[in-house]
Amino acid sequence: MKYSLLGLIKGAGNHHKDWPAAWRQPEPKPAYDVVIIGGGGHGLATAYFLAKEHGVTNVAVVEKGWIGGGNTGRNTTIVRSNYLWDESAHLYEKSLKLWEGLSQELNFNTMFSQRGVMNLAHNLHDLRELNRRVSAIRLNGIDSEFLTTEQVKAFCPIINTAPTIRYPVLGASLQRRGGTARHDAVAWGFARAADRLGVDILQNCEVTGIRREGIRVTGVETTRGFIGARKIGSVAAGHSSVIAAMAGLRLPIESHPLQALVSEPVKPVLDTVVMSGAVHVYVSQSDKGELVIGAGIDAYNSYAQRGTLQVIEEQMAALIELFPMFSRMRLMRQWAGIVDVCPDASPIMARTPVEGFYINCGWGTGGFKATPGSGWVFAHTIAQDRPHELNAAFTLERFSSGALIDEHGAAAVAH
Amino acid sequence: MLLIACPFCGPRDETEFRCGGESHIARPGPAETVSDERWGDYLFNRANPKGVHLERWLHGHGCGQWFNVARDTVSHRVLAVYRMGDPPPKDLTP
Repeated sequence: MKYSLLGLIKGAGNHHKDWPAAWRQPEPKPAYDVVIIGGGGHGLATAYFLAKEHGVTNVAVVEKGWIGGGNTGRNTTIVRSNYLWDESAHLYEKSLKLWEGLSQELNFNTMFSQRGVMNLAHNLHDLRELNRRVSAIRLNGIDSEFLTTEQVKAFCPIINTAPTIRYPVLGASLQRRGGTARHDAVAWGFARAADRLGVDILQNCEVTGIRREGIRVTGVETTRGFIGARKIGSVAAGHSSVIAAMAGLRLPIESHPLQALVSEPVKPVLDTVVMSGAVHVYVSQSDKGELVIGAGIDAYNSYAQRGTLQVIEEQMAALIELFPMFSRMRLMRQWAGIVDVCPDASPIMARTPVEGFYINCGWGTGGFKATPGSGWVFAHTIAQDRPHELNAAFTLERFSSGALIDEHGAAAVAH
Repeated sequence: MLLIACPFCGPRDETEFRCGGESHIARPGPAETVSDERWGDYLFNRANPKGVHLERWLHGHGCGQWFNVARDTVSHRVLAVYRMGDPPPKDLTP
């Protein structure tokens, strides 16, 4: 059923008891045209665009837990497209344009809020780098502007801009079209929309092996039995190396925990997203009133979805330096997601040497913003068996050709 | 937080150390005989196992020595510590 205001009013008359399930719980079919491994935002978006843009509806999304339970539900929900290099800028801008119409497109409120994303500069090098970045971004036709210290204070009055602090705020870049979105809603919205187009979403279905005949894939072994597939797309984030190994591939990926935490809910106090690389903090306020705070990655490889305390300690020290008024706030929850870090901090969305096996990974610490764009280009790559021009540079081969896309600065915080 | 037994200093807090990533990666050569694919594999591709990981650690805020650690990437349990140049413990080798 289509969600609408009228439906909401009708539902209220019945104490909201009769809402149908948003997607089916189907049994696996013996075989599909495409099996997507991983029911996070990127995987569900891929399935949705396969069905909608390319007419490939005989698709299954297999998810070992519940959809959106991995990094989709663990990130800090920031959406922006202020990337330095042309390849990234075009990809993330495509994604941001999709975000701008996503709630309408999916008939599901993703709570996308373009409240602006501000990146602070704390030293002369930061200032020069930010100016270069602002110019490069504008040359790509993407909105970006430079703010002086006074403008930062006017835009976000609670930041401590005193010149006497250890890392004074000397300026900032601002992308007004950036902002935040409700991360769960993105997964649910894509799942519901994909389901309506005929995609089977198979939860609690863990992939345990990939079956091959020669260099061609024939299907996946799962905890719910063998599922045949002409094509397989792996969108497994932190577990990408594990899935790739099942297909006999090695990846330039290492898995690390990335931590985040939220405070107790308070009244509206921060109406934008603030990021700072030099002191390492990124923070926004959720609609519930919690401060959503992101930390850096833990240095060692891990699949444990938990991080260490010293990372959070540094994180909170940076936060309080910038926002002294948060010093007595209590934190409610802390968690980690396992991120797939690529050597050049750019993703891989490409065909592989194994025929019929496609990978979408390496998003590292910044995949959430790319969710719709990633699904859009990856669906094209799978359906047409060749990349879209937007992801043509994001290949596996770049790690032997040397055509890396170095976006280490793009996280705007040093991970 | 990990407690790591430095082979030179004994058990110390994780914050004294730096993790240097996967161990036992041999540089291919001589350079003119190495293909781009082989070189890219050496530079960038990693085992990244879910389970036992053989990795290098540096006791930076201590003796300043590098050494090897075998650690489980799911439980974070340190399974063995051994010196640079030593082969990994046989029962932990994949």
